[in-house]
Amino acid sequence: MVCLIVAEASLFAVFVVAYLYDLGKSLSGPSPGEVLSVPILGTVCLLSSSVTVALAVRALGRGAVRRSGAWLLATVLLAVVFLTGTAAEWLRLITREGLTIGTNLFGTTFYALVGLHASHVIVGLIMLALIAVFAWSRALRPSHVERVELVSWYWHFVDAVWVVVLTVVYVIGR
Amino acid sequence: MSIVAPPIAAPDMLVERGGLLAKLHEWVVTVDHKRLGVMYVVAGLAFFLIAGLEAGVIRWQLAAAGKTFVSPQVFNRLFTMHGTTMVFLVGIPIVFGFANYLVPLMIGARDLAFPRLNAFGFWAFLFGGLLLYFSFLGGDGLYGAGSAPDVGWFAYAPLTARAFSPGNSTDYWNLSILVMGFGTVATSINLIATTLTMRCRGMSLGRMPLYVWMMLVVSGMTVLALPPLSAAQIMLLLDRFLGAHFFDTQAGGSAVMWQHFFWFFGHPEVYILMVPGFAMVSEIIPVFSRKVIFGYPMVVAASLAIGFLAMTVWAHHMFAVGMGAPLNSAFAASTMLIAIPTGIKIFNWVATMYGGRIRFATPMLFACAFLFQFLCAGLTGIILSVVPFNWQLTDSYFVVAHFHFVLVGSLIFTIFGAIYYWFPKVTGRMLSERLGRWHFWLFLIGFNLTFVPMHWAGMLGMPRRIYTYPADRGWDFWNLISSLGVPFQVAAVLIFVVNIALSLRRGAPAGSDPWDAWTLEWSTASPPPPYNFETAPVVESRRPLWDLKHPDDPDGPHE
Repeated sequence: MVCLIVAEASLFAVFVVAYLYDLGKSLSGPSPGEVLSVPILGTVCLLSSSVTVALAVRALGRGAVRRSGAWLLATVLLAVVFLTGTAAEWLRLITREGLTIGTNLFGTTFYALVGLHASHVIVGLIMLALIAVFAWSRALRPSHVERVELVSWYWHFVDAVWVVVLTVVYVIGR
Repeated sequence: MSIVAPPIAAPDMLVERGGLLAKLHEWVVTVDHKRLGVMYVVAGLAFFLIAGLEAGVIRWQLAAAGKTFVSPQVFNRLFTMHGTTMVFLVGIPIVFGFANYLVPLMIGARDLAFPRLNAFGFWAFLFGGLLLYFSFLGGDGLYGAGSAPDVGWFAYAPLTARAFSPGNSTDYWNLSILVMGFGTVATSINLIATTLTMRCRGMSLGRMPLYVWMMLVVSGMTVLALPPLSAAQIMLLLDRFLGAHFFDTQAGGSAVMWQHFFWFFGHPEVYILMVPGFAMVSEIIPVFSRKVIFGYPMVVAASLAIGFLAMTVWAHHMFAVGMGAPLNSAFAASTMLIAIPTGIKIFNWVATMYGGRIRFATPMLFACAFLFQFLCAGLTGIILSVVPFNWQLTDSYFVVAHFHFVLVGSLIFTIFGAIYYWFPKVTGRMLSERLGRWHFWLFLIGFNLTFVPMHWAGMLGMPRRIYTYPADRGWDFWNLISSLGVPFQVAAVLIFVVNIALSLRRGAPAGSDPWDAWTLEWSTASPPPPYNFETAPVVESRRPLWDLKHPDDPDGPHE
């Protein structure tokens, strides 16, 4: 899992580099400063979901499968809120601001980077939701704690990437 | 010591009876690292024949000035497919196939850490390869004549933009390499996890065979270098299908960015292919010199240094782009630096041979030729790292000669040597030494006839990737010699194929340890049983089999 995370980090690094390199090189509007606003709610939800998934792993390690499942459910819900925020943002950008992936260079790099991250959130979401279902159906046992912990590493990684994306796109880039 | 060749008769896959379908099914669903390794290498060799055929047509076309054997369009497809095939469908699968087979055996493990992930990696590679070759039929979609990718193996922007590459041929290139990339990263992760967690008792990192060490370095490089290519290819997909502007200079994008991303993968890729070659000769040379490898820690350190430096030299492919003096100098310097660890290794191999009782069996012949040809390849590499010289010769046949000395003169030679060396382990039968010698000498002559003259053609100004040339440039002679080397290489490869076929039918039985070698894979039966080792081996030195054969003089105290 560590290797996978390294490989993924390498993948994201390229998209971040492309974003930074192309920043301000768009030939036409809209520019990031005009249309982007910091997604505070989504960020809070995603970052706190790291805490809930850690609590889920700890609960499982102590043998409390039910409690672990509940924390996992909370994680999934927080991630759903985050994704809903992204979806709403994209909907607004596309329909109201007229920014698509083909509009200008900003659109290209923005949708690619944020979309790549969102797709990773979705993958993590599916994994976590599956484990939550397993917990609910009693297929999850405390002996599985190591595997769940690996999934939680992936989740922490997705969160950490979001911090980078947030910094690059919504703070530096604006 | 508790490593004993298990007396259990391994099921010989060559004489095993049973329905063909059942046997095929068994191979398709297998997750056994040995079978997957064999499938990788066999598929790689099949693609090697195809790529060789493409190269043969290229050489036929260039044998004399003004030939019209193929059209310019077909020529573009040929060199694109030849390059792409050799790098992604021959080099990568063969080196990772060997690693698949050998790493678990060498560290005394039963299988790789994630057998099913391993199977995924293989099938991703195979279907990626088939997808690439399907482009001959489907490149223009179902409505037109088919065509294969024709944008060169590094597919520079803006040539890959919709406007300049209509149809789907570029998409075939893009998607097939993307799929194979995922498979290769999966296999690398698998190898790293296996090496770090599944070594047998006593096999500390300092006692691992050099082959395992170097494959660890290679896997690390792959995990870092391949995802950027995947990322760039995803961007290219977005550009081509969703109208994004990553590499579209007219909308402010950057075509040079593709070059950076591609070579950030592309140069480590050279070492991803070449370090496994080093790994193979590092096993072959000591065994056939009857000496331990000279300076084991230095070889390991040099491998790590190469792995690190390889990530810092990519832009030496781009000196002619106009990056400016500071960047050019930095990349020239890092390129020259990487010659140091590589040179250290050459001295290690030579010093291993020095004073040894050398047996010139076929694997050793290939290893020796590798030493000479790799030295030449390295020297022209350093020459090309000198920026003004590079400006003069970039994109010329000198460059073609240089990288063919690396990838054929060095990598393919080591792969052939490795096949002669490990074939008895895999099949339980020896390859014929007599045919092996014919293979070696013909290939050596053919290779040098083809690729040495390219240096001169390049210095006389012949650019790469031209489909023909006028008669008055002084290039005819060198091109004719180059093309004359082809029949020798073809004959050599045919002899090799015959050798394998004959050996599979009636080769001499190999026994578990035909070369009197020292690493763990030779302690089990040939071919190894599905479980590899009857009892988990325990090792006490870098040469466990030496300890076993010479209990009076074990290696341990000398290390």
